[in-house]
Amino acid sequence: MNAFEYAAPRTLDEALAVLGEHGDEARVIAGGTALVTMMRQRLLSPGYLVSLREISGLDRIEAANGDVGIGALVTHREVETSPLVQERIPVLADTFRRVASVRIRNMATVGGALAHADPNQDPPVTLIALGARVEIRGAGGRRELPVEEFFHDYYESALEPGEVVTGVVVPRLPAASGAAYVKFLPRTADDYATVAVAATVSLEPDGERCRAARIALGSVGVTPIRALAAEGLLVGQQLGAELLLAAGEAITGAVDPLNDHRGSAAYKKEMAAVMVGRALTQAWDAARASSRTRP
Amino acid sequence: MNRKIRLTVNGRARAVEVPTSRTLLDCLRNDLGLTGSKEGCGVGVCGACTVLLDGKMISSCIALAVSADGHEVTTVEGLAGDERLHPVQQAFIDAGGFQCGICTPGQVVAAKALLDAIPSPTDAEIREWMLGNLCRCTGYYKIIESIRAAAQRSRA
Repeated sequence: MNAFEYAAPRTLDEALAVLGEHGDEARVIAGGTALVTMMRQRLLSPGYLVSLREISGLDRIEAANGDVGIGALVTHREVETSPLVQERIPVLADTFRRVASVRIRNMATVGGALAHADPNQDPPVTLIALGARVEIRGAGGRRELPVEEFFHDYYESALEPGEVVTGVVVPRLPAASGAAYVKFLPRTADDYATVAVAATVSLEPDGERCRAARIALGSVGVTPIRALAAEGLLVGQQLGAELLLAAGEAITGAVDPLNDHRGSAAYKKEMAAVMVGRALTQAWDAARASSRTRP
Repeated sequence: MNRKIRLTVNGRARAVEVPTSRTLLDCLRNDLGLTGSKEGCGVGVCGACTVLLDGKMISSCIALAVSADGHEVTTVEGLAGDERLHPVQQAFIDAGGFQCGICTPGQVVAAKALLDAIPSPTDAEIREWMLGNLCRCTGYYKIIESIRAAAQRSRA
C-alpha cells in the first residue's frame, strides 16, 4: 500500500472541509472493505484518506414519515439484523444478508456500498427496485438522487469531488405489494452474483393484476440496471408463463454483461431472463398474500 | 506519515506508532508480536486474519490500524485465561477441529464470536456464520463438531 495522510474528523463539516482542501487526491473511507482491498492491490493510491468513522449521527436506522432512513455508517450486518428493517422492508434485510460473509458485513457500510459503485454489489439492486433515494452532502449543501440515477459507470457515481454519501431513504411499499431479491451464485455462497435481480410488484384491488412493478438487475452491465421496458409489459397484466417469457425477452435486450470467471456474457444474458422470472414470481406471490391479509 | 494510536488489545492498553498504511493485522503481528492471526488471502475472503474489534469479528488484513485507534481488539491470544483454554479452543482440540492449523486462529475467533452472539446455534447457523472461514485441508465437519461441542460445554 502507498503512503498517505489520514484524518478522522469528528464532524461532517470538518470532513467536507478536508475533502475540499485536498480535491482529487483525497478519498473517503468508512468500513474500508472495498477501498483498502483496492489499495492493497495498487488499483488506487490516494494521497489522503478522510475517515467518516468518528462522525456521530451517521450510524442510525430511523423511521420517518413511513420511510426508513439508513445512515451511511450503518453496517451491512446492522441493516440485516435491524428489527425495523426486518419488519418494514424484509427484502432489504434479506439482500444485505446475501453480501459476502458476516465478518465483511460487520465492516462494510451502507454509504460505502453506494459510493464504491461496483455493479456487482447486492444492496444497490434492491434499493433501486424499492425506489430508494441517496442523500449526498457537499460543501455546497445537501442533495438527494434516486439510487438508479446515482451510478454512471464502472466504479463511477454521481458524487462530485468533495461530496459524500450520508445515507439512503427507503420509501414504504404501497398496500398489496410484494418484493423479492434473487441472487444466482454458481460458485460459493460469499461470492458476488453471476446475475442478481430485485423486483417489486404492487397489485390492483382485485389482488391479481399488476398496478406497478419495478425490476433492477446487478452484475449484468457497468452499473446496476433498472429494466423499464420489462416493467412496462407487466402493468395491467396477471402473472403467467407467457408474461414472464415476454418480460425475459425484454430483459435480454436491456442487459450488457461481461465475460468473466462467473460466466460468459451469453450465459449471463439467459440467466438474467430466468432470474427475472423467479424474482417476479416471488414478488407477485408476496403481493397476493399481502393483498389477502389487508381489509 | 506515522501516527500514534492507542488500542486495548486482549484487555491490555497498548500505544504504538504506525505508518498510516499499516493494516491492523500487520500491526498486531509485527508491532505487537501477536502472530496468532495469519494472513491468507489478504483480501478479506479466507478468514485467517479474523479478530474481534469491539466484540465484532472483522478481517484485520483489510482494516487499517489507524482506524482501530481508541478501540478494543481481541485476538486468539486473548481467549485463554488463567492457564485455562477458552471452551472453543478446548473443543477444537477434543474434537479434532484442525489439521495443518493455519486457519485455526481465525476459525476459533469466529466461533467465539458466534457463541457470543448465538449461544446455542443450529447447524445451519454455524454453517452460515462460518462460511467466511476457509480451511484448505477441508476439515469442515470436525470444525462444525467442535463448535457444537463448545456450545454444549458453555451451556453445561
